[in-house]
Amino acid sequence: MAPAPAPAPARTSGAERRPVNSRARQGRWTPWLYLAPALTVLGGLLVYPVYQLGLISFLEYTQAQVSGGEPTSFQGLDNYAELFADSQFRQVLLATVIFAAACVLGTLTVGCALAVLLTRIRALPRLLLMLAALGAWATPAITGSTVWVFLFDADFGPVNRVLGLGDFSWTYGRMSAFALVLFEVVWCSFPLVMVTVYAGIRAVPGEVLEAAALDGASQWRTWRSVLTPMLRPILLVVTIQSVIWDFKVFTQIYVMTGGGGIAGQNLVLNVYAYQKAFASSQYSLGSAIGVVMLLILLGVTLLYLRLLRRKGEEL
Amino acid sequence: MAGMVLAGCAPSTSGGGAQEDEKSGTLRVWLFREVGNKPKERVVDGVVRKFEKRHEGVRVDVQYIPVDSRAEKIKGAFNDPSSAPDLIEYGNTDTAGYVKNGGLADVSAEFGDWRQAGDVDPTAKESVTVGGKIYGAPLFVGVRALYYRTDIFDDLGIKVPGTLREVAAAARKIRAERPEMYGLAVGGAYTYGAMPFIWAHGGELAEKSGDGKYTAAIDSAPAKKGIAAYTDLFGEDNCPAGKCAEMGGNENVEAFAAGKAGMVVGGDFNRQAMEDGKVKGDYAVVPLPGTRSGSIAPAFAGGNNVGVLKSTSHRTLAVDLMRELAGKDTQRQLFDAMGFLPTFTDTRAQVAEEEPFVEPFVKTLDAGAEFVPATPAWTEIDAGLVLPTMFQQIAGGKSGVGEAAGEAAEKMDKAFAE
Repeated sequence: MAPAPAPAPARTSGAERRPVNSRARQGRWTPWLYLAPALTVLGGLLVYPVYQLGLISFLEYTQAQVSGGEPTSFQGLDNYAELFADSQFRQVLLATVIFAAACVLGTLTVGCALAVLLTRIRALPRLLLMLAALGAWATPAITGSTVWVFLFDADFGPVNRVLGLGDFSWTYGRMSAFALVLFEVVWCSFPLVMVTVYAGIRAVPGEVLEAAALDGASQWRTWRSVLTPMLRPILLVVTIQSVIWDFKVFTQIYVMTGGGGIAGQNLVLNVYAYQKAFASSQYSLGSAIGVVMLLILLGVTLLYLRLLRRKGEEL
Repeated sequence: MAGMVLAGCAPSTSGGGAQEDEKSGTLRVWLFREVGNKPKERVVDGVVRKFEKRHEGVRVDVQYIPVDSRAEKIKGAFNDPSSAPDLIEYGNTDTAGYVKNGGLADVSAEFGDWRQAGDVDPTAKESVTVGGKIYGAPLFVGVRALYYRTDIFDDLGIKVPGTLREVAAAARKIRAERPEMYGLAVGGAYTYGAMPFIWAHGGELAEKSGDGKYTAAIDSAPAKKGIAAYTDLFGEDNCPAGKCAEMGGNENVEAFAAGKAGMVVGGDFNRQAMEDGKVKGDYAVVPLPGTRSGSIAPAFAGGNNVGVLKSTSHRTLAVDLMRELAGKDTQRQLFDAMGFLPTFTDTRAQVAEEEPFVEPFVKTLDAGAEFVPATPAWTEIDAGLVLPTMFQQIAGGKSGVGEAAGEAAEKMDKAFAE
């Protein structure tokens, strides 16, 4: 965001020149004036809460402090030390990273594959696929999760009946429970990827694809060597968005595994933070988890942007 | 202006309580909204109308708050004294936490002067006591006992079990003969159903030392015996871990009410669910037996209390109303209207005579019920799912009793230390 070069009139100091001068000053401030409402809103909605989050994470701040039963005290990095000394937190952090990575991979694969498919099929099936995807997209996470749990229910679920799994309980084992949640997450987040990538492919000039086809490139080859480079900015956006979404997954885990699974085996960071901050009112610890998540996500995003820029991509 | 900005930058902390004690005006009361709340409202309305008649210039405004979101509402009330009520109903496991948060007023003196206080049963009194001071009056107790299917017991020729071992044997027999049912429904997340097994074997959740500090005792030998007795019930021969490890109390009760279990540990407050379910007319209740024949496993004494908020500006009036609401007359009426068990031993004996259904529950209470450690750390232990995690790890075969209990004890000690 480069400051707009204001057409600067020649500056001379003279009383009769004053109106022009003040107009120039006005010009310098005009962009900020126009930005002010947006900046105020952004500041209020983003900067202030993040500041509060950071501040609380350095304090001893539980329900007793909020309601005035005990004084608030500054703890420095104690909350963070406690967090990283907690083996469960490290475990949850690792599980979250792996789970989010799997979700991102799944979402992108399914989304891109279906986007390519959309360009290859006739109008009616395309419409149907679009409608199905939009349906999944429009379903609230809590509804989707409940329905998926029911579909995979050990006693009444149709999936087990179709697959002949008897009364296999999906939520009992750690891996199967994570897999079940992964299916739901992919299901509810692939439509965005699909629609965005589909729009991107549509914008690719037909001649390019035709040339690739004439050269005898396979579907996979066309995707790898023609579409991916051309769609890079779009893929970048959907990847970052997926990373952020899937790292922050809450509803699906909370609903489908009953708040973190048997013996907490399916906890992810967000649910863990909720357990700490709200269920047991340790707001400062919950804030510290929030800050750690924020830093990780910022780090991932910056790294990703850097990697891409190094490849000479103009963003 | 600068002050405002500064105040806005620090996380908020509410000031202490109001120091006036007005003798007129509006008294605000929050009670829990129960399922089918009308009869409760009628009883409360009666008490309130009498109270208003006796105190001139006093109006009582009663609000019923949903049980599910009570934690947020009550936290909100502590944070903002100006819009807080004067008197609240609260779950008895929350007492210590609320006291630490500085929300409840110490009413030891007024409780001591109360003529009826002598008849309050000791466990109920313990549930309003923190550090030797009293922070409210018990409103009712809830206690669990053993529901069993009379028709199935008759069909299979099973006698009503007299010890926990016989309970387990009966459960396995039912499962063997009726493979579509659980013998005794158990749940990895059903802490209050599992605690009696620990207490019956002589175990404790935590022990209180002389200076009022708690240390975890969940990994002591007797406690581990109780944990093993409960977790042994997870398996193909009673309640498969794949299904039962995730269950909580509600799921257990639902399974029994739907005819899917031969026995369940259920509360006096679950009666309506049974009456509405398939098992209506085919069940009976006995106290959950202990380890020796004729003994009763100590049950968890749940229930609700009413307490005065520290921030009240009508302290005297609020305490008066508290005594009215939690008094013998009101408790008696609440039993008739809602089935809430009275906290006064004599009132309870009276209702047991008239209503045979509550007899096994009253017997259980009279045999001596137990309570969770009265410390604010309990809220954290409860929210951190320490005990469910332990039961689930053992039930799912992920770790042994010793290891899981040791881990739970470590977590509890950490919470106690804070």
